Formats: sequence, structure tokens, C-alpha cells
Amino acid sequence: MGVGSRAIRVDACEKVTGGAKYTDDLRPANCLVAKVVRSTVANGRVKAFDLAAALAVPGVVKIVTCFDAPPFEFPTAGHPWSTEAAHQDVADRRLLNERVRIWGDDIAAVIAENEVAAARAARLVRVEYEEYPVVLTPQEAMAPGAPVLHDARPDNVLAHTSFKIGEGGYEEAAAAPGLRIVEGTYETQTVQHCHIEEPVCYAYMEKGRVVVVSSTQIPHIVRRVCSQATGLPFGKIRVIKPYIGGGFGNKQEVLYEPLAAFLTTQAGGRPVEIELSREETFAFTRVRHAIDFSLKTAVRPDGRLVARRYEAYSNQGGYASHGHSIAANASNAYRHLYQDEQVLDADTYTVYTNIASGGAMRGYGIPQANFAMEAHMDDVARAIGMDPIDLRVKNCMRQGYVDPGTGITCYTSGLLGCLDQGKKHIGWDEKRKAYANQTGDVRRGVGMAMFSYKTGVYPISLETASARLVLNQDGTAQLQMGATEIGQGADTVFTQMAAETIGFRDEDIHIVSTQDTDVTPFDTGAYASRQTYVSGMALKKAAKVFRARILDYAEFMLKRAAGAMDIRESWIVDAESGERLLSMADLAIESFYSLTNSVHITAEETNHCKSNTFSFGACFAEIEVDIPLGKIEVLNIINVHDSGMLINPALAEAQVHGGMSMGLGYALGEQLRYDAKGRPLNNNLLDYKLPTSMDTPELHAAFVETDDPSAPYGNKSLGEPPAIPVAPAIRNALLHATGVAVNSLPLTPQKLVEAFAAAGMIASWEG
Amino acid sequence: MYDIEKIYQAKDVSDAIAALAADPDAVVICGGSDVLVKIREGKLAGCSLVSIHGLSELAGVRMEDDGTIVIGPATTFAHVTHDPVIERHLPALGAAVDQAGGPQLRNIGTIGGNVCNGVTSADSASTLLTLNALLELTGPDGRRTVPLCDFYRGPGKVDLAHGELLTAIRIAKADYEGFGGHYIKYAQRNAMDIATLGCAVHVKLDAEKRAVEELRLAFGVAAPTPVRCHAAEQAACGKAVSTELFDAVSEAAAGEVNPRTSWRASRAFRMQLVRELSRRALKQAIIHAGGAVSC
Repeated sequence: MGVGSRAIRVDACEKVTGGAKYTDDLRPANCLVAKVVRSTVANGRVKAFDLAAALAVPGVVKIVTCFDAPPFEFPTAGHPWSTEAAHQDVADRRLLNERVRIWGDDIAAVIAENEVAAARAARLVRVEYEEYPVVLTPQEAMAPGAPVLHDARPDNVLAHTSFKIGEGGYEEAAAAPGLRIVEGTYETQTVQHCHIEEPVCYAYMEKGRVVVVSSTQIPHIVRRVCSQATGLPFGKIRVIKPYIGGGFGNKQEVLYEPLAAFLTTQAGGRPVEIELSREETFAFTRVRHAIDFSLKTAVRPDGRLVARRYEAYSNQGGYASHGHSIAANASNAYRHLYQDEQVLDADTYTVYTNIASGGAMRGYGIPQANFAMEAHMDDVARAIGMDPIDLRVKNCMRQGYVDPGTGITCYTSGLLGCLDQGKKHIGWDEKRKAYANQTGDVRRGVGMAMFSYKTGVYPISLETASARLVLNQDGTAQLQMGATEIGQGADTVFTQMAAETIGFRDEDIHIVSTQDTDVTPFDTGAYASRQTYVSGMALKKAAKVFRARILDYAEFMLKRAAGAMDIRESWIVDAESGERLLSMADLAIESFYSLTNSVHITAEETNHCKSNTFSFGACFAEIEVDIPLGKIEVLNIINVHDSGMLINPALAEAQVHGGMSMGLGYALGEQLRYDAKGRPLNNNLLDYKLPTSMDTPELHAAFVETDDPSAPYGNKSLGEPPAIPVAPAIRNALLHATGVAVNSLPLTPQKLVEAFAAAGMIASWEG
Repeated sequence: MYDIEKIYQAKDVSDAIAALAADPDAVVICGGSDVLVKIREGKLAGCSLVSIHGLSELAGVRMEDDGTIVIGPATTFAHVTHDPVIERHLPALGAAVDQAGGPQLRNIGTIGGNVCNGVTSADSASTLLTLNALLELTGPDGRRTVPLCDFYRGPGKVDLAHGELLTAIRIAKADYEGFGGHYIKYAQRNAMDIATLGCAVHVKLDAEKRAVEELRLAFGVAAPTPVRCHAAEQAACGKAVSTELFDAVSEAAAGEVNPRTSWRASRAFRMQLVRELSRRALKQAIIHAGGAVSC
């Protein structure tokens, strides 16, 4: 009951029995379907269409092309809007693009009576292009003479930011005598979220307004962007979010909702659905940015970091989406976890290319930076002959740290406790020794990596949230949150929080899972691991007001001072003795129907959150490497997290398991690949190596609970962090096992065999 | 929603052949695990189908009086694996097809479809090659028999005319009796994956179980079609179970295959797998044949 219990998910029964309704389950009977016609060049311009054959397909209602689409350029990132122009997201695309920047760009849409007709017609659309050369990497895009993707950025650099912490420059500090210099380059790859439910939405018109039903993490932001993309005023658009089958950040993006909103206006207001295939989801929604890092470190022989240099190049793809926010977040994390005696000097570039646009994905730049940082820390430890954990402990963030860039303060840190638990679980000290000098084809190693993570986006961006509580006649209450359930368990933990603060039993809180922008209070949605913290604050505020109003009514009914009473287990009780005085049902029915004092007891509060806090954690892994075959088997793996107080330990463990699974895929197999023309090669679940259950070892999760004073319930971020430290922990275990440093993800068999061959470990190699 | 123009469910083999003869564009569908994927991708969108799904004369495994094992091409992977005749006499084949896809695929995909698809990565193909499998093909003009090794004509191309059906896969007693076999599927994942390389071995040892009497070695994805490695087989003949044997087989096999570089894997990496997997598969097959491996 309440906060801290292993309560069963409030949506568990509906989801396992198939009762839960997702977007496609709700589509109206007379729904039309739309199929997006996609460019077959990655960089160019549409010159003309021949639609004759496509329009002749029976069942086709209409074909809308980029020449018919509204002229507005709009941003797609699921960020809170900024009323200051300088902080607004980059608006660099239209509903349908004449100037195409990725293979598969949206150039037209077929509206038809059914999927088969739409697909047949889409295949028959003939397109004439002007074709330009293709750039696939930041390096190619920044080279002199590279084709310009967006006229507003003639050098293709979407943004370049720098910061320096400390005095002087890196080179100057590193030149001091007695320091060891360690340098390395580290590469991360393009990956995709692979949420189970593909992006799907439908839109229809009602009383002159457009209603959009969508699988989204951010319904209120979807309304804003639909308005910006179509030119319709905010109030003419209503967005409804039912249950969704995962998002991981890909649905912290406005994808096809604006197009659906526009298409229904082109089809007389009839509902029009856009449901992507898995192949389209991979290639034409959003991906995690591939970021290349160049790192330099000057360290004392005793392990004290003196100066560091950080340079990062982030592959943005064709459109800005979340843009530089992600690479900038990555560089901030590099600053947070370790502090230098003298200076950290950082430069970060985000660069347009002709691959899929990078957007938000679980960890928001930190999985990339953490791979580079934690691989590099092991390289530094190796160079000075120090235990990698000792090196980290010597230099890492402690309680009381204040980030010089943002003022974010470390109020609580369980990081050292996480390291202790991890070491013990994996047998660190014994195995680091035992595996030190192996020979033979099969070798073992242990490795680790650790991280810090923020909780929400303050002060970079707005943090606001709202909650509403509405009493029923039987003494139960509806809870309406602007924050969204996206599979992570938000509805359950909000129920527990409301029950805790009001004094209700969990089962007396009926959370309304669906958000409907016409009636749901405002919240920007599920991202940045923010909701238990930021939306939890709004909920706690509303629950306190609700509770006070109930006690006021009890005072009226019982003629006792409200301050002398309490609410426990859904009863009005004497605060001191706990004696039950009045049931909530009796109170509620009187409040509705009293002939002298009727009142509908409700509460609605908004909270503008102006704080942030660091969570921490570490991954420890033991692996076995089959050298001639390049295969890594994970024998044992644990994530230990300090996410503050756990609202629901069972859901927290599940969250960690999911994140570790994602981290394993990132480490060992996942990579979205392109040919030289920018055409995706493996945008399907056969060729994109998402791990299966057969590839997944037993996942261990443990926690060090700290009670964070800035948080509503002592809690800190947990949604994204579990995915962060897994890949570098495995890379470092590989280094321990073989002595071979592989600095690019994923650690695929061929890459490993090539690295082992280069190290002279494979005699018969003929490459 | 699949874009299928029309589908005809055949009543029996001759009905299916007649239906195919009547429609030159019709495509045969059995389990559908390949055909439906191609329809969904658009490659076969709007096609006409003749279904042989559920025809009992094409399913099941039986042994003839002379010990020949006859596998119905419409037998699903799962049924091949768990068939008592296969478990007893062809366990390596049962284990090989148990590595295709995942449980759902193995419950619908058939061994005949796997062979007729003609892809080099087919999990049944290399093991069937080491068993000298014969294919019985039935068409409007009657039956003919083609050795599996002659059936492959190129990537995705097989010696099967429109209107012809694979109606039986036959393995003679002499091709399995006394042999121990093993198949290694090398893929990036442990399930739901396509082979980067497949290596199949069947080996017969001498009476003392110390030397190789006969070796059969085949690979998938080491060439445009599944291939046997006859030189490696010759090199092994009569050799004692020893480091020399494994080195000789590995070296000879590397000289016989011709893998290509694709975005999935380089030629060099596949060559490394050929060398390494030929050793490992042979070792395991020797153990299955009753021998012991100490090197």
C-alpha cells in the first residue's frame, strides 16, 4: 500500500487479457488508410510526379503530394515549447518534402479505402528527381565541397558548442612534467528503439475541429506541433492518447500525427489512419545518434585526473529533431561524473547527414558518452597500472557537488555503495587477479562502468506538470495526470503516490490512463526520466489540497477540528489514537447530496519544478570470449542503481531488466546500416540484431536507496539509466579478458575477430 | 493485410500440378514462412497462389523396406526434429532443422520449402548434402529423381520447373548407417537468425573408432549455393583422429569454398569461420560416431 510497496500494476489484468485498448483497436469503422510515398534518393529534389497509374487503382480516394502540402516548416522534437525564439527547436521540415534529405523521405501520401489499395497505388507513383551527392557521416558532411542539406546551415553543422571548466587550456595543463597522457577515439553506432507497437495514429474532424488519436508519449506537445505544421489554431486540435506499446523516446517526437491531421481535412473529415510497418519504423522515424568521440586525458601516476579534452561529432541525419540537445547532454554528463584538478575542455558538433534523423532515445546522449568515457577510464587505469574502480573512486562526483554549468546539485549519492555491491556480486577482486594472464582460445574477464544521470530537464528547459483529483460518491477518487503511462508503470506509481499522500487505499484511486488534451491537465509528457519526480511533485501538491478539503468536510460533519484528524486506509481517523471516525463513503455521499453544504470535492494543481537531482549506478559484467569465432557470452551481469527511494521495487527491477536488455543489444549486436547511397540495409528484425531471449543471460538488479530531499518522495530518475552502463562494462570485460581494446560499438563477431587478428591472436587469418 | 489476388487449395498432388499448369504465374505455398514474407515486402504482392498446405501425402517421415528414409517435403521442421525415425537414424538432421528461426517458424516452415527456396543459408541443406539426399520431383510428365547436389543451379535457383513439385526427399541406408553427424549454425544470435555460415559433417569411423573411414563435409553461405567439400573429404580418408586430421580438413575446406563479401560479413571472416567450424563440427561428429577426441 502506498509508496514503497510492490503493488501489482494497475493495468496488469487489462493488458494480459487483451482488454487494454491501443490506438489501432480504437480506429473507427469508416476509417481510411494513408500510405506515405517515400523518396528513392537520399539527397535531392522532387521535380515531378506521374500519378495516373496510382490514381487508377480501385479504392484510392486521393493522393496528396509535396506540391499540395501546407507551406509551414515545423519542429518535431518533443520538447516543451519556448516563447523565446532563440531557444525554440529548429523547424526544418514540412509535412511532405519537395527537398528530400534521407532515403525514404515523405514526399506524398495515398489515401485509400484499405491497406492493399494504398500500398498498390504507392508502388505505382512515378517520381522524377534531381539527385545530389550523399553524405553519411559528420566527417563527409563537414568536408569542403560537401553538398548543403539545409540552406540555413551552409556548413551542415546544425550546432557547435564549447565549454571549459577550470583555468588554462588542456595542452598547457597536460605539458606539466610527471603526467601520463592517454588518448583514444571511441565510436558509437546508429540504433533504433524497437518498441513493440509501431507508430500509429488516426485523425478525423468533429464540429470543425481535428481530433488526433495517437500512440505517443507527449499528447500535449503533439497538439502544439499539429498546430504549427497545419496552421490550425491550438484550440482546433484535440489529441487523445490511449495505452501505448512502448516508445523509448521515439514517441517523444511528433511523427505522423500532423500529416494525419492534414489528410483528414483533405478527405472531408473522414478518419484517416497512418500505421507504419516495422521497416518504416526503423528507417523513417528516429534513431539514436551515432556519436564519435576523441578523448585526451592527463593523469598523475596516482590516478588523479589533471586535465581532459573532449571532442564529439554527432550524426544528426536529415532533420534537426532533438538536434544538438542530445550531443550537448552527452558532453554535460562527461563533465558531471569526474572532476579534473585543472581543466576540462570540450567541443561538441552536431552535423546534418543523409541518414535517418537522430532523436530522443533512452538515455538522451548519455549511452554514447558513457561508452566513450568509461572505456577511456579503463584505458587510463591500464596505462597507469591502477585498478579501474580505484581510479574512478578517486575522481568521481561526491555529495555536495554543484555543476558549474547548470547549478544542478548532488543532494544524495549512493554511488560508492553501488560499486561495493557490484564488486561483491561479480567477485571483482578475485577475478581481476584470476583472469589476468590467460592463454588459449577461450578466455574470461570482468569489467564495469558507472554513470550519473539527471532527473528531468531543469534548468535547460521548462519543467511543469499538473494533476487533478475528483471524489466519487463512494469515497473513491479519479486521478487524472497530464503525465503519461507508456508501459513503464507510471499509472501504478502515481496511484501509489496519491494513496500515500491522501491516506487512501491504493484500490480507492482510479487513475485515468488516457490523456485527452480537451480535458487532461497540462504536462509535457513521458521523457527525461522525469515523471515520478516532476509530475510526482504536482501530484503531491494536488493530493495535499484534496486531503485538506476532505478533512475540512469531515470537520463540518463531525464538528471536530480538521487538524486533529487524519486520513488512513480511506477512513477519517482521530490523528492521535487512530480511532476510526467516519468512512470515506459516508463522507463522500454527504458531500454530494447535503441539503445544507453540498460540494464536489476536487483538487487540481500545477507545479513548476525548479530543481533537478543526480541518480547514479553501475554495471558489472563477467564474460567469456571465444577468440577464433569472435563471440562474447555474458556469464554474469548486474546493474546496481541509486535512484533514490523506490516507489515500487518490483517495477523498479523490471525497469532495470528492460534497460539492461537494451544495453546488451547496444553492446553486442544492434546497428542500423546504410549502403553508399544512403539506403538502409537492415531495417527489419531479422537483419537488425536485437537480442532474443535466447541471447539474454539472467539479469540481476540491485539498489542502494537514498532519500533525496529535493524529490517529492525521495525518488530520483530510473527510467533511462539502466540502459547506460552495460555496453562499456562489457567492452571493459573484453579488455580484461584479452588485452584487446575495441573502441567501437557494437562488439560484433567480425569486428572482434579482426581485432584479435590484428593483435596476432588468430594465426590463420587471411584478411 | 496481405495483397493476394487469389488462392487455390489443391486437393492432392495431381490437382496441385494441374492448377499450376493452368496458371503460369501461380506460386506454390505450403507453410508460407517465405512466400508470405515476400508478399508483405511487395515482391510477390498481388500474386496467385496454389496451396499444397495440409496435403497428407506430402507430410511425414517413413522408412522403406530397404532402410531408405523418405521425408515428405511438407513435413514441418518441428515434425522432422521430433519424428522417431529421424531421432533414431538422422539425429544431426533433426538438430539442424531445429535451429531454423524460432518455435513459431519451425511449427509452420517445411523442409521441402527450405530446399526448394534454393538459398545458400537454408539450415537443412548442408546436412542433407552430407546425407547424399535424393529429391523426387513430380510434374505433368511424371516423376524424376535428382540428387540434391545437382538441384542447386545458383543463388535462389533450383532445378524445378513451373508445374513441378518436390514430392519426396530420400536418403539411402548406406548414406546414414554407421555415420555420426553434426551441424553448426553460426549466426549472430542464438535464435531467430540467418546463418552467417553453416557447417555440416557426417563421419564414419573405422572399426576401432580411431580413424576416419569416410567423411562428408558441407557448408552453407560459403558459396552461392550449399556446397560439399570433396577434397577435404578425401584428405580425411583413412586419417587417425588427430591434430593432423583436423588441420588437413580445415586447410582443404578453406581451399574449396568461395564465400563472398557482403554487408552481413566479409569473405575473410567467413573463411575464418570455415576453418574453425570445420574443426569443431568434425570433432563433435566423431564423438557422435562413437569416437573420442583428445586434441
